[in-house]
Amino acid sequence: MRRALKPAAREPVVFDLATRPLRDINAILQALPAHTNETAWAIANPRGAHAVAVGVTTPVSISIDGHVGYYCAGMNDGAHVTIAGNAGPGVAENMMSGTVHVMGDASQAAGATAHGGLLIIEGNASARCGISMKGVDIVVKGSVGHMSGFMAQSGNLVILGVAGEALGDSLYEANIFVRGGITSLGADCEEKPMTEAASAILETLLKKAGADADPKDFKLFGSARTLYHFHVDNADAY
Amino acid sequence: MNETSDPRIPQTRPRFSATFDPHSIAEIQRAAATGIYDIRGGGAKRKLPHFDDLLFLGASISRYPLEGYRERCGTDVTLGTRFAKNPIKLKIPVTIAGMSFGALSGNAKEALGRGATAAGTSTTTGDGGMTPEERGHSQTLVYQYLPSRYGMNLTDLRKADAIEVVIGQGAKPGGGGILLGQKISPRVAAMRNLPEGIDQRSACRHPDWTGPDDLEIKILELRELTNWEKPIYVKVGASRPYYDTALAIKAGADVVVLDGMQGGTAATQEVFIEHVGLPILAAIRPAVQALQDLGYHRKIQLIVSGGIRTGADVAKALALGADAVAIGTAALIALGDNAPEWEEEYRKLGTTSGAYDDWHEGRDPAGITTQDPVLAARLDPVKAGRRLANYLSVLTLEAQAIARACGKSHLHNLEPEDLVALTIEAAAMAQIPLAGTNWIPGKSTGF
Repeated sequence: MRRALKPAAREPVVFDLATRPLRDINAILQALPAHTNETAWAIANPRGAHAVAVGVTTPVSISIDGHVGYYCAGMNDGAHVTIAGNAGPGVAENMMSGTVHVMGDASQAAGATAHGGLLIIEGNASARCGISMKGVDIVVKGSVGHMSGFMAQSGNLVILGVAGEALGDSLYEANIFVRGGITSLGADCEEKPMTEAASAILETLLKKAGADADPKDFKLFGSARTLYHFHVDNADAY
Repeated sequence: MNETSDPRIPQTRPRFSATFDPHSIAEIQRAAATGIYDIRGGGAKRKLPHFDDLLFLGASISRYPLEGYRERCGTDVTLGTRFAKNPIKLKIPVTIAGMSFGALSGNAKEALGRGATAAGTSTTTGDGGMTPEERGHSQTLVYQYLPSRYGMNLTDLRKADAIEVVIGQGAKPGGGGILLGQKISPRVAAMRNLPEGIDQRSACRHPDWTGPDDLEIKILELRELTNWEKPIYVKVGASRPYYDTALAIKAGADVVVLDGMQGGTAATQEVFIEHVGLPILAAIRPAVQALQDLGYHRKIQLIVSGGIRTGADVAKALALGADAVAIGTAALIALGDNAPEWEEEYRKLGTTSGAYDDWHEGRDPAGITTQDPVLAARLDPVKAGRRLANYLSVLTLEAQAIARACGKSHLHNLEPEDLVALTIEAAAMAQIPLAGTNWIPGKSTGF
């Protein structure tokens, strides 16, 4: 009896940014049909290019071999992007779904305004990580800079290292989990009791991110909700 | 006998101070009682140098007019000819400025789309994202890319016909905004990913870029996200128009939108509206100068806004060098805002038709600046859209009438040479000679 052969894993289609323009690569990735068979893509020699792999809407894997500039995987909606290097400002900004995995460090505003998906940063993230996030999950295995989680609306920001000054300033309904300590809290951000539900969320995210950490070592921060309605008695907080 | 009680002696009449006028006194008393500044909608209400301070000269022996109602005077404009694959082509150079769903009702947004489409022009989203009503009824829709990124998503970005990166607006350059909780309906809250009923802050800075060098990269990203198809506008509040225009050009804008302090807002502090920014009259020529200095006048288009009311205003803005204008407050008035039919209800709110500006409170009797379903239902989007289309038609006909009188076969052929100024201030700001002289303050000494 003949046995069905398991399809061989496809070799990724490789784009070399040293020889092809960014526009070609983004155009091809953005035009992929929803059920494409070409599910593995690689980008060589990014050399700090901006706006690499932005606006991809199919669940393909994209491996970027090197450092990228601003807005890598911006507005990603379903792709699984791995950056084998550092990422410039605004990595995965306004992501809708999918995953973005930074193997190195990330610059400012990582995951800014992102609505969904998972952003994993193996190293540190600079200032304003998760600024104005709108539902994304972010796991930073290192530390984050000042004003991280500023005006964060919803989603979860997990920080295994230390959080810089003014964490969670003007926070709305996002959760911020910190293991390594905080430098200071921003306006209207306070420590919350670690509920079972919050601990479950954290545990799931740590597992998804492959983080070797115990949820019991984290503190949870959220909004005190005192700034939800403008009141002159709160003027000192603004 | 007390001399003041003698009716035969003339009495000193009560005299109001020009400095502490009744409005100032009332504001001091209100501030003392409440401890909070006044918030309102709209733009600057103070008397400012404006287009009224300019006049067209019209044709005479040295200029040859065109025949009214007979000879063609073009009104079309193409926006986004610098880099975009698909520039926008409009029949008239009057566009609808960005106003959010949230600040405005769904019916009002639909009406704006209907009116603009009937007139052959574009409308613009606002903070809060794109609604299906708006997209569905707007043949040409500009999608605003704002600091809050409320409702921003890739699908809607790709549905837009152009993208407007908002740096600021004329009513509050350098300021963000706040949408008060009473206007945060379940739908508005869902679009903005925030709880119902809470005040929602619109940030004053973009979250992921700072300065012109970053803006250039942000524009690159927006182009890459949309296949380089859509014109990218950059909107600034008028404050440093020469440098802001130059930097927008440098950053790669296809279109610069310049909003003067008369331009409206949904809600901001009165003190901000009245004391920050420039009137549009003072802002146009520096912006045009920047375009000319860098060789981009008429190649990168300039849209100006803030206090456009009549076809004369449109013609004057274009004569000063703009390619198109945008209207916001005037469009709302055309829809039915401040209509006398609601006078009784305006009085209950402590105001009167023509003066109502508490757009942030969500109690608009006309059903325009509200999310109250009962009030919003008062606005018939079909009829309101028709009124807007009529108004846009009148603006265009009036501008054409003036242009023909100046001998111009297209509105874009109007030029500064067609204008004089009535006041020294307007002459200096618009860089137009004072009427009856050759004198442009700061530019020339001749008479």
